[in-house]
Amino acid sequence: MSVALTVNGKAVQVEAEPDTPLLWVIREHLKLTGTKFGCGIAQCGACTVHIDGAATRSCVTPVSAVVGKTVVTIEALSPDSTHPLQKAWIAEQVPQCGYCQSGQIMQAAALLAKNPRPSRDEIVAHMNGNICRCGTYPRIVRAIQRAAREG
Amino acid sequence: MMEDIGMGVLETKISRRGFMAGVGGLTFAFTLGGGLLGRASEVFAAPEGAKLNTWVTIGADDTVTVMVPVAEMGQGVLTALPLILAEELDADWSKVKMEYAPPIPKLYGNRHPLFNGAMLTAASVSVPGYYMPLRMAGAQARRVLLDNVARQWGVPVGELATEPSVVVHAKSGRRISYGEVAKFATVPAVPPKIADAELKKPSQFRLIGRADIKRVDVPSKVNGTAKYGIDAQVPGMVYAAVFESPMDGAKPDKVNVPDVMKIKGVTRVIPLPFGVAVFGDTVEATRAGRNALQVTWDTSGATAAGFDSEKAVAEYARHGRDPNAKAMEWFRKGDAPKALAGAARVMEAEYSSEHCYHAQMEPMNCIAKVAPDGQSAEVWTGTQSNFLAALVASNVLKTTPDKIRVHQHLLGGGYGRRIAPDAVAQAVVLSNITKLPVKLMLTREDDLAAARPRPMTYHILKAGLDGNGKLVGWHHRMVAENVDALAAPPRFKATGGKDIIGWRGLEQPFYGVPNMLAEGVREIRGMRVHPWRGIGSGYTKFAAESFLDEIAYASGVDPLILRLELTRDHPRAQAVIKAAAEMAQWNLPRSGRGLGIAFSDYHDSFSAGVAEVSVDRKTGKIKVHNYWVAVDPGLVIQPENVHAQTESAVVYGLSAALLEELTIKNGAVQARNFNDYPVLRMADLPEIHTRIVASDAAPTGMGELGVPAVAPAIGNAVFQLTGKRLRSLPMSPERVKQALA
Repeated sequence: MSVALTVNGKAVQVEAEPDTPLLWVIREHLKLTGTKFGCGIAQCGACTVHIDGAATRSCVTPVSAVVGKTVVTIEALSPDSTHPLQKAWIAEQVPQCGYCQSGQIMQAAALLAKNPRPSRDEIVAHMNGNICRCGTYPRIVRAIQRAAREG
Repeated sequence: MMEDIGMGVLETKISRRGFMAGVGGLTFAFTLGGGLLGRASEVFAAPEGAKLNTWVTIGADDTVTVMVPVAEMGQGVLTALPLILAEELDADWSKVKMEYAPPIPKLYGNRHPLFNGAMLTAASVSVPGYYMPLRMAGAQARRVLLDNVARQWGVPVGELATEPSVVVHAKSGRRISYGEVAKFATVPAVPPKIADAELKKPSQFRLIGRADIKRVDVPSKVNGTAKYGIDAQVPGMVYAAVFESPMDGAKPDKVNVPDVMKIKGVTRVIPLPFGVAVFGDTVEATRAGRNALQVTWDTSGATAAGFDSEKAVAEYARHGRDPNAKAMEWFRKGDAPKALAGAARVMEAEYSSEHCYHAQMEPMNCIAKVAPDGQSAEVWTGTQSNFLAALVASNVLKTTPDKIRVHQHLLGGGYGRRIAPDAVAQAVVLSNITKLPVKLMLTREDDLAAARPRPMTYHILKAGLDGNGKLVGWHHRMVAENVDALAAPPRFKATGGKDIIGWRGLEQPFYGVPNMLAEGVREIRGMRVHPWRGIGSGYTKFAAESFLDEIAYASGVDPLILRLELTRDHPRAQAVIKAAAEMAQWNLPRSGRGLGIAFSDYHDSFSAGVAEVSVDRKTGKIKVHNYWVAVDPGLVIQPENVHAQTESAVVYGLSAALLEELTIKNGAVQARNFNDYPVLRMADLPEIHTRIVASDAAPTGMGELGVPAVAPAIGNAVFQLTGKRLRSLPMSPERVKQALA
């Protein structure tokens, strides 16, 4: 069936079953591959996108659930990679393999939108669902603190 | 600069001509101008004896393109390797780009003694193995530029100098950019000879060692543009999932094909020797089909079918204790059996470790497109060895590797897992059946089922102390399946069965104990054991460094002092131990917390770590509050990345030390996803403090160095705090509770 969505500010129509995970619609139908598949059961956070501003695991979100809502992926977090978190991620040289980082950044962006000056504990509590197997956690914390500081 | 890193343009090309011409290849030269590969072909077509090898191209627009022969899996080689060449070329770093080298080991193989010319990304030896070849290539390229300018201007070459990407004649004040030179330059058939003494001195470096030079791949990794294997899409492709066989040799017996075929979008279901493939028009259809599969397996031909983790540990222990065990010597100094027999006091201890899963965040995947005649193929994937990928694909098609074009991508984690070319082989099989481009993506569950784990190990250690409590004899025996047997069969055969990967760290070249013996006892259980970040040192150092701690306490010597004494003849080893202890303020008493120290060399690099822990006696959970680590990897190319790699290795080591065990029953992995194979998350992160101990020695590698000391440092800290020795990895809450009971 045809599903109408708003992704990164654009209205799109995709042919997909209503129970198709949003992740696959984003990645394979719309070819927005910045959002990653990691586990498929909301355990790792690699697939995190914003739905109406809330950090959401797209791998367990059926596409039918986002009709009429606003989906934003890493590709549209900022028009030119200048979101404070993106700048901070570069300044702190966070990514290694980089695979989980789109999800990390989207998760962190939702935090800063609600809480512009989070404490370290608040950062950890908010980010704990996102796995980074390269272990860039210390730099993720530093980058979020930097983004909060520098804006 | 280099915004295109990770984009689809960075693909690897391979031609039959390239393979045929891959003779010699020990000397290094370069080509100028034009398209790199076209020009490279001309060089390859040069008369026999030219022995040209292509590392760098300079474009008329001043662009310097450096060939990178290894994979980027987060360790930073896309930056570090071009930087080394650019240093000697005296190139303007902002003009440097990279391109993946094609899988031609004769030209681009790693000549590090561990690899002997093989082309793969592993063992932390990319920088060590390519350091001198790339410097030499850069220096030769610079010399050719200078020679050309000298001829053109009619000046002695000795009057010319370079500034970044510019040749300068100080006498006349003339200057010309490298790109301008490239327009008229000719390249000699025989590259100019550069003596080692003509290379830059470290004091002359403009690029190497600079903390302000950032990794070139990072910008693409913050905005979604970085392209991994799983991101590739090719026209006309279909999707596939494979329900992976739970062990080598297990074949699908009964499969509910008709049920799965009813799922909308599923086009084919095919039982194969390695699992059951589900084809479909969409990824979601193949996932639904995969999840609807019900398969019973015929394990009659599977060696691993009877493997059970719990039973195996006990069996390994029995085999290790057997005085008649067939043990193969790995390291010997003096006469350890004699020293133990004559010792005033003999200590014995046993340690063990479980299988571990790589848990790379990008599940295994590959797109294969086999030609209609089945004689050639293209593959799109991220692999630690594009050569092995080409080789295995050619084996599937019964053709030769030059018929396979490998489009290398970024790796969403490697840690050893992406050496194994299983996804490539499977995708080629699937595309060969359908003659369509097939995108194979494993589910996390299948990635776990198809794990290539770090081996389970059992260790029996003995030490002899003389009448003064001095350590005079050391015997370390390890029982395990052999990684080299699967990952490097030719080498395994050549060494008569020594496991260079799996036994790493049993040797003790830096401890001044007069009599030492380390040996391996081989198990053959059919598990698909594989290199895993830190390889053997991940468990051998846990056993050895924990046992050394036992010896220290038993002989009444501070564990730090004992290590300093034992390394007295090796200043670099001693320096990292001292540094870690100093950072941790080793002698500062801590209430309710324990401190433990461990040392580990790794492929000629040195590290030491100190862990500060507390233990929740109710839950058995170890909390690591601080971890101080000092490293000496020789000359540092990118200091900021050395800190980052060290932090990364420490987190990997923490995860293995505290959490990770891949339980096997009846030969099959029991964990299904991250919910039952937990890895370290941010909440369990200690403060990690890293220090680089300066050294002018040649670079010796960095990516894994920080892993091995973590587990023993934690175990030793728990002992200092509780008086209880933890002897099994992982040091899970359950095991800690048992030890404290």
